[in-house]
Amino acid sequence: MTALTPAAASSQIQARFGVTPSAEGHELSLTLPLERWQEFGRFAKDTLECRYFNWLTAVDWKEQGLEVVVRLDNLDAGVAVSMRTRLAAGATRCPTLTGVFRGADWMERECYDMFGVVFEGHPNLKRILLSDDWEGYPLRKDYAVDTPQAPYR
Amino acid sequence: MKPPIPLVPAVWSEFKDLQEWEKYHQERPDNDKTSEALASIAEAIHHFPGGWIVTTSTEKIFNWARSSSIWPVTFGLACCAIEMMATFASRFDVERFGMVPWASPRHSDLMIVSGTVTIKMAQMLKRIYEQMPDIKWVISMGSCANSGGPFRHGYHVVKGVDRVVPVDVYVPGCPPTPDSLMYGLLRLQEQVAQFQKTGTRPAPAEPA
Repeated sequence: MTALTPAAASSQIQARFGVTPSAEGHELSLTLPLERWQEFGRFAKDTLECRYFNWLTAVDWKEQGLEVVVRLDNLDAGVAVSMRTRLAAGATRCPTLTGVFRGADWMERECYDMFGVVFEGHPNLKRILLSDDWEGYPLRKDYAVDTPQAPYR
Repeated sequence: MKPPIPLVPAVWSEFKDLQEWEKYHQERPDNDKTSEALASIAEAIHHFPGGWIVTTSTEKIFNWARSSSIWPVTFGLACCAIEMMATFASRFDVERFGMVPWASPRHSDLMIVSGTVTIKMAQMLKRIYEQMPDIKWVISMGSCANSGGPFRHGYHVVKGVDRVVPVDVYVPGCPPTPDSLMYGLLRLQEQVAQFQKTGTRPAPAEPA
């Protein structure tokens, strides 16, 4: 069995998803439509053998909506895949990856906590860092840091 | 002589804000029966032959005892707690001032707020403070506890622990060295001695 190379991974992705990932060294980066999100997660884990769910976060592009970013690593071959998806402006719903990666559980909860991205199908989607009665999502660009939090400020 | 009527000690939550709390603690009320009774007892003893030795020296002894047995509750929040632990450890050794870090708020006189107070932590901090018996003292240690410090503009930080509990001594620094904290503790001892003697907490320093 030969180790996966970034070029080989890129051509496999191209063949199945019709998207050419932009490559930077051993890092591949691609943007997916929302409906192929889970499918790509499964594909990356099984076919590309990216078993390490490195991190998950979101980017707030203001009026252009939110973007969810996930980095997956194949540590044996040294290939990394950044998968991104854009949510429509004002939309907050995104399919969950918890069915594919157990490690996605808390990271999706954190993303929900900070950005308000609702991961559909997540088994326990509630706030993880902030208190349960917190209002708003503090890492969004439109969140005012001086939002009053009674009674302490 | 009637027995002194104990005043119900006021708790912090009964006060609207810090100013009202300070005002309460800076003066005893006119109808403070306990103080009057104690004063009359002291007056009576004072007029016994040799009584003045008893009254003046006991007061000194009690002040000395109270101010030299301030037990801080073991309560660390952030990196300042590392410096606080260094202060409690053998090199600086605050036990020679009678300060024993105690692992229960029920037996403690002092809370050293050592580090950033987040909004989520503030209610736990307040609960620990309320578990301490009166009369209790608070040292705000480090920039974060004083004002929010470098995290002041964060969404989750209380901008100064004096928005949660009343503070007696502010120790600046990020983090304060053990020397600074020890200086703060010594200043607190002075405050405690004065409070026991006169019943007034020192007024907050005038802004320059």
